[in-house]
Amino acid sequence: MARLTINGKTHSFDVDPDTPLLWAIREQVGLTGTKYGCGIAQCGACTVHIDGAPVRSCVMTVGAAEGKQITTIEGLAVNGVLSKVQKAWLENDVPQCGYCQSGMIMAVTALLKDKPKPTDADIDAAITNICRCGTFQQVREAIHAAAGA
Amino acid sequence: MNYAPKISRRSFIVSSAAVGGGLALGLNIPFGASVVRAADGSPELNAWVVIRPDDTVVIRIARSEMGQGSLTGFAQMVAEELECDWAKVTTEYPTPGQNVARKRVWGDFGTGGSRGIRTSHDYVRKGGATARVMLVQAAANEWKVPASECSVAISVITHKPSGRTTSYGKVAEAAAKLEPPKDVALKDPKDWKIIGKPLKRLDTADKLTGKQVFGADLKLPGMLNAAIKDCPVFGGKVQSYDAANASRMPGVKKVVVIDGSAVAVIADTWWHAKTALDAVDIRWDGGANTKVSSASIAEVLKEGLSAKQAFVHNQKGDAKAAIAGAAKRIEAIYAYPFQNHACMEPMNATALYTADRCEVWCPTQNGEAALAATAEASGLPVSKCDVQKVHCGGGFGRRGFTDSVRQAVLIAKQMPGTPVKLLWTREEDMLHGKYHPVMQAKLTGGLDANGNLTGLQIRLSGQSILAAVRPEAMDKGKDPFSFQGFWPAGEHSFEYTIPNVLIDHAMRNTHVPPGFWRGVNINQNAIFLECFMDELAHAAGQDALAFRRKLMAPHPKSLAVLNAVADKGGWGKPAAPGVHRGLAHFRCFGSYVAACAEISVKDGNKVKIHRIVAATDSGYAVNPAQIERQIAGSFVYGLSAVFDQECTVKDGRMEQENFHQYNSMRIAQMPKVESIVMPSGGFWGGVGEPTICVAAPAVLNAFFSATGKRIRSFPLKNHGITMV
Repeated sequence: MARLTINGKTHSFDVDPDTPLLWAIREQVGLTGTKYGCGIAQCGACTVHIDGAPVRSCVMTVGAAEGKQITTIEGLAVNGVLSKVQKAWLENDVPQCGYCQSGMIMAVTALLKDKPKPTDADIDAAITNICRCGTFQQVREAIHAAAGA
Repeated sequence: MNYAPKISRRSFIVSSAAVGGGLALGLNIPFGASVVRAADGSPELNAWVVIRPDDTVVIRIARSEMGQGSLTGFAQMVAEELECDWAKVTTEYPTPGQNVARKRVWGDFGTGGSRGIRTSHDYVRKGGATARVMLVQAAANEWKVPASECSVAISVITHKPSGRTTSYGKVAEAAAKLEPPKDVALKDPKDWKIIGKPLKRLDTADKLTGKQVFGADLKLPGMLNAAIKDCPVFGGKVQSYDAANASRMPGVKKVVVIDGSAVAVIADTWWHAKTALDAVDIRWDGGANTKVSSASIAEVLKEGLSAKQAFVHNQKGDAKAAIAGAAKRIEAIYAYPFQNHACMEPMNATALYTADRCEVWCPTQNGEAALAATAEASGLPVSKCDVQKVHCGGGFGRRGFTDSVRQAVLIAKQMPGTPVKLLWTREEDMLHGKYHPVMQAKLTGGLDANGNLTGLQIRLSGQSILAAVRPEAMDKGKDPFSFQGFWPAGEHSFEYTIPNVLIDHAMRNTHVPPGFWRGVNINQNAIFLECFMDELAHAAGQDALAFRRKLMAPHPKSLAVLNAVADKGGWGKPAAPGVHRGLAHFRCFGSYVAACAEISVKDGNKVKIHRIVAATDSGYAVNPAQIERQIAGSFVYGLSAVFDQECTVKDGRMEQENFHQYNSMRIAQMPKVESIVMPSGGFWGGVGEPTICVAAPAVLNAFFSATGKRIRSFPLKNHGITMV
């Protein structure tokens, strides 16, 4: 029996501890905002926070995530109030297809926690998510907007 | 172009139910007592417009949203004529089955070829206008006044003489019972208030919170999950397999063979299905195709460059003679590789099959083709099938194909009554794409003593998409779309006026399945032409802009976009130290596009793209903010391709299986993109694809300016060149 604390709530389910955290979040807990893109930590669509740090959940096991605070995209808004990153995303009309955006927003949220006023170089170093629609120009604008908010 | 996949007999029956003229689309619904109602009971004014009592306007969207933003553009077009409150607009997809049942009232569902808006603007605007006239008439009837005394704005109808007002929600029920007017006039574009505005997308909110359901996220009661491996050699089959171990693994329900070529595992969760599939011991029979490699394909294409027979598509004067007699003869050979779409959301489809009904949920660019595939795979008539479209996690042409729909239905058939979601791994997605076709080109130009281009010959040699996908759309064996940007006239016209021209195509098809890949054949054709124009300008000792301008003089719209990027890009003025510029222009999908790139190169191979100025004239610009996003986004797709992406064939199969072998651009490499959206009016051009093709040649021409080196085969990583 695995126990995971996700968005402040504890979930218990019967799963092989070697199951990738991504698939436990999606299939056991039923939170599908965290996306599968590559399964090998290349694209970042599955990014969640583990104790506040960004992690690609497709390569972390359930066993390794037990006992830690896990935050997913569903946990960013509090009582329906969007986080400042989500608000900046809305105001800058960032997503196109939107599939990579959960991971992008999670990566950016972690960056801003670490560096509240990131430079372009900080953004380049920290945000390595793949977006095939190519929203990067709006992503950069929205990061600066969120940092200024 | 029409992206409908191969027309089977069954899908032909679907399409032959089409109503005649475009004007009737969406408007030929019953009227009078039999009001057509949406699921919640609200009345339809016509197939495009439903109005709820609370004034909410539901606009039906026939085409698919895959990130390109046209869902918002369609709503803008309907809302413009409807004169409704934009803040109260919401959208929904009708299903392909409903379209068939209603004699194709919504017209074409196909979403590709940058044609969604440009081929339906007329009838969707008429849907809005017709509904507006009926709503005003209903209010006038209630007030017993002439409709001509009533005006309308933002969903409120006002009787001017008396000052009485009512809202759309209040009169929608009565309006729906009226006979639709026969022919309503559309607004003059100068009066547009919603079309042409940089409005925000309507579909953003759920994409920020994880709430947006993509196909890969679907959950249905009692649903099982499936993972699949198709024979990695295209056209191969399953020789034998041993599922003894896999069958005993947790959650596994069934191991099945699909179409003789694929093995699928059905399990409670997808992770269980995928893990068990990895434990199935499969022996493949690749057949004769196992002998094919990238090198063997390149040889075949190389032979085509000098072959006697070729399909001619653009011929003027005598190019061969002009080049033979030229003062200076320039020749270059270019080569473009296979590439995968690599949509962020891997291919998937969910199916529920019973003996008398089959339903599919899937992200698709072509709902009607998905319906046809569902009917064909299920063996049920179209009337007993339907497809629920879900937002696509990227499409780029890949989701016009229905291979995963067919597989999902065949899998679900083995589990009657239980919905099964089939999700491909990234590896499956990379191994079973519908690849950007391979193409080589030999370009030959002749310059006279004054450096004038007197003759140009382009020989293409490579794969035809239509030959594999829509042979019925070919012209006596010729694939006209291989010549995008080279047509003598039309939406992909060649915009240089040269006295002698010969452009032909030696078709060399391979066993690799080709597909429409964002831009289709403009990606390679723009590189071939625009890099070679740069080579010719250089050989003539002329400035690349001046050389082009001279040949483009009879083409004012092309000249305008070229001049716009040259002006804003600072062409002819000093650049920052170490910064070099390159230009490119193209005409495709009815639009005119150009780019000016600024790059610097370190150590001869590390390319920093600082800025790309891009202009597009698509005639009308329904939403300039979304067009800017399409331009910048398409550059990410196109530059990733030219720098890093190639699918290579070894032993008949693709070698690349994931993003570590098929890299895609990151934010650090993103140049500043400055878009010039310059609609000149009077025509409707495409938006999603055209600009993609000018980024690569503009950067390549800047690379030559910086290094003196012409790179003529792609991707650039094969030459040790990287984007930093």
